[in-house]
Amino acid sequence: MKDADLKKILVALAGLSTLLLLLVMAAIFSVVFLYFPPVGRSLENSESIEKFEILSDEIQNGFHVETGFVEGEGLQLVIANCTNCHSAKLVTQNRFTKEGWTNVIRWMQETQGLWDLGNNEEVIVAYLAKYYAPEARGRRKALQVEWYDLE
Amino acid sequence: MKKGKGKQRRAFIKNSAYSILASLVGMEIVFANKMPVGYEPIIFQEKESLKSLGKEASLTVLNDKPWNVETPVHLLDDQVTPASKMFIRNNGLLPDRIKLEDWTLTLQGESVKSTKTYSMSDIKDKFRHYSYHLVLECGGNGRGEFYPPTEGNQWGVGAVSCAKWTGIRLKDLLQDVGINNDAVYIGYHGLDSHLSGDPNKEAISRGIPLWKALQEETLLAFALNDEELPLAHGFPLRLVAGGFPASASGKWLKALSVRNKVHDGSKMESPSYRIPISPIEPGSSVDEDNMRIIESMPVRSIITYPKSGAQLPFGRKLNIRGHAWAGEEAVKQVEYSIDFGSTWQLCNLEKPINRLAWQHFSATIEFPIKGYYEVWVKAIDMKGVSQPMVVPAWNPKGYLNNACHRIAVKLT
Ligand code: HEC
Repeated sequence: MKDADLKKILVALAGLSTLLLLLVMAAIFSVVFLYFPPVGRSLENSESIEKFEILSDEIQNGFHVETGFVEGEGLQLVIANCTNCHSAKLVTQNRFTKEGWTNVIRWMQETQGLWDLGNNEEVIVAYLAKYYAPEARGRRKALQVEWYDLE
Repeated sequence: MKKGKGKQRRAFIKNSAYSILASLVGMEIVFANKMPVGYEPIIFQEKESLKSLGKEASLTVLNDKPWNVETPVHLLDDQVTPASKMFIRNNGLLPDRIKLEDWTLTLQGESVKSTKTYSMSDIKDKFRHYSYHLVLECGGNGRGEFYPPTEGNQWGVGAVSCAKWTGIRLKDLLQDVGINNDAVYIGYHGLDSHLSGDPNKEAISRGIPLWKALQEETLLAFALNDEELPLAHGFPLRLVAGGFPASASGKWLKALSVRNKVHDGSKMESPSYRIPISPIEPGSSVDEDNMRIIESMPVRSIITYPKSGAQLPFGRKLNIRGHAWAGEEAVKQVEYSIDFGSTWQLCNLEKPINRLAWQHFSATIEFPIKGYYEVWVKAIDMKGVSQPMVVPAWNPKGYLNNACHRIAVKLT
């Protein structure tokens, strides 16, 4: 092999690896950028969100697998607007009427930075009041017991 | 709303980053362009776990963002609660583990003589260290039983702990910095961030009245059970005001404000950590001026052994044990009943190891015939105030349910 050929091959190789390197760096950069947004997780431009799906929409036994929300009309809107700050668990632990859910939303809007939900509010509140409604119970419930033999 | 050029560019880069990442994770992010700038979808957020927080897997996770973790009551059997079993009530996101060299505590506010900053070695070297066993109980402990339901984490009875805290007395620090005569309240500021990510919002910034700040047992703690303070419980320094709702005991401290009025930080406002002054009908709304800040927690007791649901052969005696506490008060007496409160028997009750620590009780029970029983337990404080049998006064946020604890037992 001539020296000139070798040189050509080397140059080509160098070119290729530079390209590869650039690609890898671009990928790393975008990932890093995503994890550490330059402004922190600020709230600017938080217009009401239309609808987006960030999680898989797998439903099992009537529950959305990744969040634990009940399947029903408005589920997507609830996932999109109610799992950004806290997990769905804070929502699903609670039980309110329409009025009660609206009060929680107002409280979060006034004090916790929740955005205006626009026309979606009605659907969201209807979903919550339907699937997470209070069940009447007395002043004290019967004990829920799992029996075991005491050693 | 018109976006600035910078924001547009950022949004563009971010959107393309999302599409790259979406292809990496092999999943489409529908409507990614509609996501507010800066919001990370859950799948991209870093995973903390019970284990990474140093907690036993048997604790109950009420919420994992923010972390709210309850101790099943039978796991509170230790006289001194180990860190691995201690409940967590966080209002915001955990701060990163800060380097001690980079950390300082600033004393500030209208009623401080002059603003002053302390390093950890200032705190540890300049002041005497004290250790106390102190009850920390969430103001919402027991919330899950209120009807109509009240908002927040639906705690059972296990949002409580009593561990050994070591640190310096807050009053020694206040004396060192110097406070004015008009000082009435100490507010705390922590390193945790607000759930919305808004850096101008504090997740929680509550505090204590000056009289509580000046108590001997009120600590700025750097150790828990003789170990360095865990991140989940406020590393590197936290306030511990035993007997008050635990939200008064700020974690991950970065500053304390000496105030000439009641502190007005996040979650000091009504209805947070407040209850009606004059009693209200369950489910009704309350005027702000009819609400007062919760100070001392009420009298309470828990049976930590046996776990509810014990079956044992008729004829065998049952030993029960547990703890009792009463906020700022001590517990005078603990009684148990196996006939739904018709008759009560005395338990053995130990003295607290120090003021504001819980007290251990025990009893041996003989059952008259076979069958289903509930063991109820009731503590009475030094003022003669005891626990109610049913859920007490309803309040909008579901605080202070100290109804007597019950376990089920079957003699077969
Ligand atoms: C901008 C951030 C944000 C969004 C988005 C958000 N919340 Fe919240 N929410 C909060 C914060 C902060 C708290 C207080 C958390 C705590 O104290 O642990 C909270 C608390 C709650 C609580 C408990 C109330 C209480 O008193 O602690 C419920 C229930 C709740 N949210 C439901 C929802 C629902 C339903 C949605 C969707 C409509 C939603 N959240 C969206 C910030 C948000």
